[in-house]
Amino acid sequence: MRFFKVSLVVFLSFLLNNVSIAKNPSDLINDIVNEAASVLKSSDPVESKIIKLNDIAERSVDIDGIGMYALGKHKKTMSDEQKTKYKKLFKSYFLKSFSSRLVDYTDPKINVVSQKIINKKYTIVNSILEATSKRPEVKIDWRIYTKNPDKPLIRDLIVEGLSLARTQKEEFNSVIQNNDGDLNALFKNLEEFLIK
Amino acid sequence: MKKLFSIVILILFSQFQMLNAVAGSDGETEISSNKNNNQSEVKDCFETINRGVFAFNQGLDKAVFKPLAKGYRKLPQPVRSGTSNVISNLGNVVTIPNNILQGQVKDASMNSLRLIINSTLGIVGIFDVASYYGIEKRDKEDYGQTLGTWGVGEGCYFVLPVIGPSTVRDSIGSLVNVMGGDAWYNVTVANDTQYFNEADYYLSRVTSGVDFRAKNLESFDSLEKTSIDLYASIRSLYLQDRQRKIQNIDQATETMSDDDWEEID
Repeated sequence: MRFFKVSLVVFLSFLLNNVSIAKNPSDLINDIVNEAASVLKSSDPVESKIIKLNDIAERSVDIDGIGMYALGKHKKTMSDEQKTKYKKLFKSYFLKSFSSRLVDYTDPKINVVSQKIINKKYTIVNSILEATSKRPEVKIDWRIYTKNPDKPLIRDLIVEGLSLARTQKEEFNSVIQNNDGDLNALFKNLEEFLIK
Repeated sequence: MKKLFSIVILILFSQFQMLNAVAGSDGETEISSNKNNNQSEVKDCFETINRGVFAFNQGLDKAVFKPLAKGYRKLPQPVRSGTSNVISNLGNVVTIPNNILQGQVKDASMNSLRLIINSTLGIVGIFDVASYYGIEKRDKEDYGQTLGTWGVGEGCYFVLPVIGPSTVRDSIGSLVNVMGGDAWYNVTVANDTQYFNEADYYLSRVTSGVDFRAKNLESFDSLEKTSIDLYASIRSLYLQDRQRKIQNIDQATETMSDDDWEEID
């Protein structure tokens, strides 16, 4: 009997340690929106805000995945060395453009309105950025990668039906194509952006 | 000559109304356009020239449109809302025939009701009385969109001076406006009605452009700041926007194919 009780406790504790609760994609968006809003509302200096915003992005966005998507067909022709360089460059580029876009907003109010599960790997979360006296209401949809349900990650923002990831992909493709398919031209452009 | 000049100006300003994205081969760049989830390509047939026109437009925007938009932004909110409502109300005279051409009978009826109510009770459209009565605003439609829903392809992508991005199909659509398809144009420019003149039409077009620019000041600044090839970004946004409007789809889930993402999983 004693043996049974001990076994049961061991089994249950093993179970509890190995069971994690899948995070709802809408909750992910609510959490990061609230976190970002509190950073933006704070009286912290801009540099400090940027560090905190970047931290949020690193935790909740699949930066490597977006980077690979943005390369499109060109990722197939990349050497391992180029891949490593690109991943590093893209991450810095993404974080810089992400924080510089957000830092201009002082108190954005985003309300999650619904979500739609596309398949096991993707859920779209629909939200609304409330109107201000300067601009109208904006619909923002978030493409969430849910392959690992315990750690859903953002892969795209679709603003009024316009995909930022797709825009990025076509922008990178244009740079590479206009330089005779030379990936180094893209790297150069990214480097120039980073030192601006 | 004056007539030709007027037509060119009209095409330019009617294009301005189509935009939800600001703008603009020799190398024939192809840009993917997801049409009913089948990938098709839109050719940027005159990219070198387009980039030149785009640079000109950017200069013009900085010198004229952006300062105008900033000034407009300083007007009291009710004045801006009223202006925006008048422009939106006028737009119905193009949207309604396009609703009919696209078989959207219910939308055509609702937009007609909105036009009548807002033009009368709403005092030439300044007040959106129709929305107050529960007749909600619907999406704008134009002849380029109608051609798209009829299956006409985009043709080459190009950038027009002053206004920005377009395609062959959208430009043909704009020509329909000046060939009798826009009642507002008909009563101001095409016919002498004694009540309106050409200046009213051009003023409405310019105001529409400034109103649009004012609503998007921050978005454009942000795009400009973070883009490594602004021309390509705007081209992509324009084509995505037109595709979405032609499909009359609001939900991102329906407009996007997962195929591209599958490759990286």
